[in-house]
Amino acid sequence: MTLVPERLKALHSQSPERVAVYLQFAGRDDVPLTYDQLLCGASSYAHTLAREGIGPGEVVVLILQHGEDLVYSFWGAMLHGAIPSIMPFLTEKLSPERYRADLAALIGVTKPTAIITYPEFEADVRSALKDGDSIRAIILTDQVESQTELDFDSLQGFNRSVEDIVLLQHSSGTTGLQKGVALSHQAVFNQLDAYGSALALNENDVIVSWLPLYHDMGLIAGFLLPILTGIPLVLSSPFDWVRAPYRLMQSVSKYRGTLSWLPNFAYNFCAQKIRDRHIEGVDLSSWRAIINCSEPVRWEAHKAFYDFFQKYGLKWEVLHTSYAMAENVFAVTQSRLGSVPAVVAVDREAFMTERVAKDPFDGRPSMKMMSSGHALENVKLRVLDENGNDVAERVIGEIAIHSHCMLTGYYNRPDVTEKAFRDGWYLTGDYGFLCDGELFVSGRKKDMIIVGGKNVYPQDLETLTYEVPGVHAGRSVAFGMFDESQGTEEVVIIAEVDSDEPQEQQKVADALRAHVTKNSAIALRHVKVVGPKWIVKTSSGKTARSANKEKFLKELAENGES
Amino acid sequence: MDETIFASIEKYIASQVLKQPNRKIARDEALISSGLIDSFSLMDLALFVEDTFGVRIEDTELNAETFDNLAQLVSLIDSRK
Repeated sequence: MTLVPERLKALHSQSPERVAVYLQFAGRDDVPLTYDQLLCGASSYAHTLAREGIGPGEVVVLILQHGEDLVYSFWGAMLHGAIPSIMPFLTEKLSPERYRADLAALIGVTKPTAIITYPEFEADVRSALKDGDSIRAIILTDQVESQTELDFDSLQGFNRSVEDIVLLQHSSGTTGLQKGVALSHQAVFNQLDAYGSALALNENDVIVSWLPLYHDMGLIAGFLLPILTGIPLVLSSPFDWVRAPYRLMQSVSKYRGTLSWLPNFAYNFCAQKIRDRHIEGVDLSSWRAIINCSEPVRWEAHKAFYDFFQKYGLKWEVLHTSYAMAENVFAVTQSRLGSVPAVVAVDREAFMTERVAKDPFDGRPSMKMMSSGHALENVKLRVLDENGNDVAERVIGEIAIHSHCMLTGYYNRPDVTEKAFRDGWYLTGDYGFLCDGELFVSGRKKDMIIVGGKNVYPQDLETLTYEVPGVHAGRSVAFGMFDESQGTEEVVIIAEVDSDEPQEQQKVADALRAHVTKNSAIALRHVKVVGPKWIVKTSSGKTARSANKEKFLKELAENGES
Repeated sequence: MDETIFASIEKYIASQVLKQPNRKIARDEALISSGLIDSFSLMDLALFVEDTFGVRIEDTELNAETFDNLAQLVSLIDSRK
């Protein structure tokens, strides 16, 4: 078995001058980093952590934007044997107060001993600290002494064991930040081996990614996988991509990119927002797999993407799918390369009411469902009913997985870890069914909204609404609503106020939109403020959300609004 | 002329971005820094401006420093026409 530092050292000794990653920045030339530069930069951080008295096995939080420092500090923490955890950087959309509260929530549970950030951000970070908390050092990027000579013997990360935790992954918001997924060296390499074989990785591969590193798809598929397998990575940032999605195509063309991962909405986003004038002369024929993952996968999204980009050399058979989660390091399933993911038409009513994926009959309304592929070679899949018994093929149940790349646990949360497993099987909280050995993911048991690939807990949003004057605690609901044209869920918030006055309600709606967005960095599509007694009350938050969602959709349909 | 540009962008943002067609937007109301226009919609706005007024806004300019309210956006369009 291998440790991350050992793999890095081996790659470095094979070819130190090979480019590990091309960093891309809007309005600037690309910055190539060789394995030698990567390891020198990383060991500078490793030595700085040692100098600051941070020990191996301790958690280091990285609060940095896309760029060299984030890359170096992440690998540097591992070279030192410490456990890096990347926290999303503060954006202009999010209020600094909320950001500090989120950081404090992360510190409270994860108990990191160091934070690495920019000098400009030091004051913000310090204001989130409390006396007696776990933080012993705030390391600023300008305090790092740069190393030009590599001295592997001085690095403590080589003394770790393969079962030790190598990194933590968090999802966003207060709830997500208090649930760090802890992964071992062994789990990471088991995933990379199994996933690498499913993808038939080879020496001609080039991975192109704009995905954020604080999310599993970006961190594993778009960062660890290439760097730890010697595949060149072309990496830009989600902030640049969302303003210029065509740069993804330009990069694939320029670097002859072969593999990319995208959340479902990105297919629609690219097809709708890229104009021919943005990508004149671009050649996409090198792409051998674009993998749709981290949101419900839609055949319609692939179709829209293919229709637009086929004239640039995009091939239909490169459009693939995967079902993945941080708890399994990343991929659980992958559609088979060389064929296309299976698409089945199912009877809509039987699907909704009987929870069975039946063939359509008698011309009744049907819907297309696309497979997420077969289980990786090291993963076992089951679909279970409420009592934990296996259901038949095509019957919807909860997806459970068992693999040798599972999380070690939710960091410092044995309570949550215990609840997540039943008889050694990890209960994913996702619904789906199996058909001819392929997994179709059909919905979620857990009450979570996925907006543009980002997981959002509705309870976090509801808590924020109660802070808006006029909205009382317990009298608002947040839920997701799938938008076909965007290919993702949109957030809906309904809040009840005492007044029936439209003007007053509009004022509260504006205030809600501003407050929730500022404090969650989630844009709200529909904000509906209603008078007394609109909201359906039930005993659990989960049923209240679905009951109110039903009522909202019914009103929407009746009023013909969009 | 400004009035027409102003009204057409206001209408676009209210109906397409905010999905509240009757929503009024003040000329000095913060659009980006307030989160009213999220990053997913920024490029739509740029495409709308480009298609409607023939004025190009670069991706590196899609931020609150370049324009954060309708007045600033309208004067940016004016200066490039």
